[in-house]
Amino acid sequence: MILETLKQNTLALVFFGIACALLLASAVGLVLRLRASKGEAHSTIDNLNARINAWWAMILILGGAFWLGQTAVILLFAFISFQVLREFISVTYTRRGDYRALLWCFFFFLPLQYALIAVAWYGLFTILIPVYAFLLLPISSSLGADATRFLERAAKVQWALMICVYCLSHVPALLTLDIPGFAGRNEQLIVFLLLTVQSSDVFQYVWGKLLGKHKLAPAISPSKTLEGLVGGVLSATAVGAAMWWITPFAWWQAALIALVINVLGFFGGFVLSAIKRDRGLKDWGSMIEGHGGMLDRMDSVSFSAPIFFHIVRYWWV
Amino acid sequence: MLEKILSAALCGLIKTLTGARALWRDAEPSMRACVYFANHRSHGDFVLIWSSLPSALRARTRPVAGADYWLSGGARRFLIERVFRGVLINRPIKRRDDPIAAMLAPLEAGESLIVFPEGTRNQGEGVLAFKAGLHRVACARPETEFVPVWVENLGRALPKGGVIPLPLLCSLTFGVPLTIRPGETRAGFLARCRDALLDLEPSA
Repeated sequence: MILETLKQNTLALVFFGIACALLLASAVGLVLRLRASKGEAHSTIDNLNARINAWWAMILILGGAFWLGQTAVILLFAFISFQVLREFISVTYTRRGDYRALLWCFFFFLPLQYALIAVAWYGLFTILIPVYAFLLLPISSSLGADATRFLERAAKVQWALMICVYCLSHVPALLTLDIPGFAGRNEQLIVFLLLTVQSSDVFQYVWGKLLGKHKLAPAISPSKTLEGLVGGVLSATAVGAAMWWITPFAWWQAALIALVINVLGFFGGFVLSAIKRDRGLKDWGSMIEGHGGMLDRMDSVSFSAPIFFHIVRYWWV
Repeated sequence: MLEKILSAALCGLIKTLTGARALWRDAEPSMRACVYFANHRSHGDFVLIWSSLPSALRARTRPVAGADYWLSGGARRFLIERVFRGVLINRPIKRRDDPIAAMLAPLEAGESLIVFPEGTRNQGEGVLAFKAGLHRVACARPETEFVPVWVENLGRALPKGGVIPLPLLCSLTFGVPLTIRPGETRAGFLARCRDALLDLEPSA
């Protein structure tokens, strides 16, 4: 019976595959821990196991949302945006005059952006934050009657909203695309995007740990290496190409698109590392055991999601 | 019983809402009675410090709070007297009051205190000048350890006059304990405490 379900339901099959891969990772983690440490702590291996356990939790939550339906997926990403925005604003310098502008961000623009995606109002959700929030938030901040570092504060609020809400909302926005011959299967685009970009992060980590020698930019991210970058992006591009059958793309198109979003995903992590480094932080938060904050996990998705959305929308809709 | 349930529920709620992270920088929580002193930007400050302490310490830690604010309503009075077990100080101080004695009594009994030496909520940046209370406690009981605690973001989350709190993540940084040095002047000791607290502030 399980086999029948898997044959009929592409998503169930993909999640079954991911679960198998995680099972393998957990087994490797267990063997490493048993071999390396006779009771003593080994930080890299402990961190690896914490990461793998967190992956199980993240995959279960994502799978659960897909199982519940499109509304649940949109709500899940609204929650992720909320958490990521919290982490971003928490470590960003603002002043009392920005209190109202920040209230608008959290309790007006964020819910409205996702509501517009839920009703598939493309014309408004693509300009809500870049146009309306861009103009209205500095007005609100200026009414706080405090000019200290004003441009810097206004820019930070807008940046936070763009990265944490606007960009990430393009993941569930994939559900609104009307692709001929692909109706009712848009969730698979989300799976393709997340699987490709996240596997790129995982492969960068693995290749970096195994072969990493040449540091890319120690001033920005001490853990990123050339070997990790090349190995990670190529491996994840192979993953993307191998997943062509869940998308409307041919295999070579899937490979090209995967390459584009992996490179963007890499730079997403890189740019947000630069912000972290400037703030003297290692992680954005402590929500996900072993990974750091939610934004540590979503930085690459944030950069790749809007571009992926527009590639699909331009050539396939 | 009700107090215990309330206190556990309150701690859970506060930690979920504020995402509070307690960072013990270069120091470990200790069971010795001590004085936690922190920057003060919001009424919620001591509740946050109190709820981020390990539960064994929390049961033996009492906030020092202004009687005028906390005794002005039934629910507040119940919370401060029964749940937080606050040490209440009259403001302004009346002639018969001895706030230092009120603070020394719990310390002698092995209980810790949470104090805000700025004396009032700071509406601006940084830290105001410290009131003399810390020094008077230190003189009366020189072995007392003073632990600086930097509360980050709570004042930003709910500034004065604000109604809806911003859902920011708060963090508490606990520093290395200080004790008074033999012959240290009041100004010297207060400045050293204030500098230790400012040291914990994340850069702007």
